[in-house]
Amino acid sequence: MSEHKIELTINGRRQQATVEGRKTLCDFLRVDTGCTGVHVGCEHGVCGACTVIIDGLAVRSCLMLAVQTDGCAVTTVEGLAAPDGALHPVQQALRDEHGVQCGFCTPGVVMTLAALTDGPKRPDADTLLDAMSGHICRCTGYQGIRRAACKLASKTGAEKP
Amino acid sequence: MKPAPFDYYAPRTIEEAYKLLAEAGGGATVLAGGQTLMPLLALRMSQPFILVDINKIDALKGVTRVTNSAGSRVERRASGGPQGEAQEAPSTSATRIGPVVRQNEVIADETLRRCLPVLVTATRHVGHHQTRNRGTIGGSIALGEPAAELPATAAALGASIEVRSVRGTRRVRADEMYLAPYATALEPDELITTIEFPDWPSDTVPLFREVARRPGDFALVGLVGALAIESGRISRAGIAWFGMGPVPMKARQAEAALTGQSVAALDVQSIAELAVADTAPFDDRHASAEYRRTVGRRIFARALGEALNVRQAA
Ligand SMILES: Cc1cc2nc3c(=O)[nH]c(=O)nc-3n(C[C@@H](O)[C@H](O)[C@H](O)COP(=O)(O)OP(=O)(O)OC[C@H]3O[C@@H](n4cnc5c(N)ncnc54)[C@H](O)[C@@H]3O)c2cc1C
Ligand code: FES
Ligand code: FES
Repeated sequence: MSEHKIELTINGRRQQATVEGRKTLCDFLRVDTGCTGVHVGCEHGVCGACTVIIDGLAVRSCLMLAVQTDGCAVTTVEGLAAPDGALHPVQQALRDEHGVQCGFCTPGVVMTLAALTDGPKRPDADTLLDAMSGHICRCTGYQGIRRAACKLASKTGAEKP
Repeated sequence: MKPAPFDYYAPRTIEEAYKLLAEAGGGATVLAGGQTLMPLLALRMSQPFILVDINKIDALKGVTRVTNSAGSRVERRASGGPQGEAQEAPSTSATRIGPVVRQNEVIADETLRRCLPVLVTATRHVGHHQTRNRGTIGGSIALGEPAAELPATAAALGASIEVRSVRGTRRVRADEMYLAPYATALEPDELITTIEFPDWPSDTVPLFREVARRPGDFALVGLVGALAIESGRISRAGIAWFGMGPVPMKARQAEAALTGQSVAALDVQSIAELAVADTAPFDDRHASAEYRRTVGRRIFARALGEALNVRQAA
């Protein structure tokens, strides 16, 4: 059972930690750093609730070990809103379109949409909707999430109703 | 739902990695993208003493083109596969893909889009955007999930898999790699170091069809392959099924029936029948074997018909 020193950036803050080799990233973020916005639904890669952004890419934090993020920049849902509380455009779109009910799946959905829309090219609606297949929401029936995704998409892509 | 304890190593070189595997005598497991292994660890279906993370080995990354590769000789297992197949033709050029290339990198790679469009299409069907950001081509090839897209694609296109260990380097043909569900020709101390896809003639039409409940789910039935066409005749065919048996199933009878045929004179339905004859689908909670055969026959006929229509119209 090995222990490892890691140094990473979480939501813009440089942090050092010592982690056991087997500790998953989602447990590390929730338990060791207090980022409880990282929701853990299935803990085996199926539901998408634990999605975070690592070096610009949306990934499932239950399928990575904390030790693997040594040297990485990790963003969780806590890191999205502006310091004055102004919501990130993705958060605002989900709010405006009623894409949230109980909120369990929401941090994951937000992180996937934020990773894709904050990238160099704004994807079309098809790309965003396709990426939503990686999330399970048991409340909304997805329609609000779909509307929010379409609103965030570039207008060149074929928009779905 | 937490992995059992293990020692974690992240070597920087291939040699260090296979030495670790050898020293552990079967108690070590390779960690690539983790999109299959991490769930297995969490569910404690896998409990290695040592985890060898290969994500920091630069030599296992990247896509390269090779011409007249000296190593394109492919090891034949003693039992031997069918002789005289189209894939046996010595390839003069090929594309070599490092096993730690992420599935989303496969989709975005300019060389692969140009040289291996079928692989790019197949990879789009592997899991979800989020899992493709971590999941690797090598991990999927190493796992040997019967319904997975990439092992079948490698088998259809005549890829070979380079594996290394303290005992040396060998190559395994993709269509001889898979022995049973999740059982491959890979020994516990062996590391996949390259997946090599031979070039197909420039006039090659891709075949790809997948039927799944939702996008991103494993296939209920899937079909992948390529047809090379020279002056109106099919000069070479490589076709494999996924989700249609314990391993990727090569449609060998259909390949043989297609090879040498004139595109205009093909009887699509009877070739679809031959293609399904080379499958061994099973009943499970997702679909019955009969359903899989019926759907397989239809998607084969449709895919072949469309591919040839496109060719005739062009
Ligand atoms: C929600 C979800 C949906 C999915 N849907 C699909 C799907 O539709 N189709 C599909 O094909 N897959 C699917 N997958 C699995 C896919 O995402 C994995 O990426 C793939 O199966 C394994 O690749 P990996 O890089 O993640 O490998 P890992 O999980 O790290 O490893 C898998 C196995 O391969 C071994 N291994 C890895 N690399 C090497 C190497 N270089 N040499 C020797 N052994 C090696 C490991 O030891 C392990 O046994 C899905 C996964 C999830 C979580
Ligand atoms: S908790 Fe990670 S995908 Fe469900
Ligand atoms: S809002 Fe409740 S699970 Fe999505």
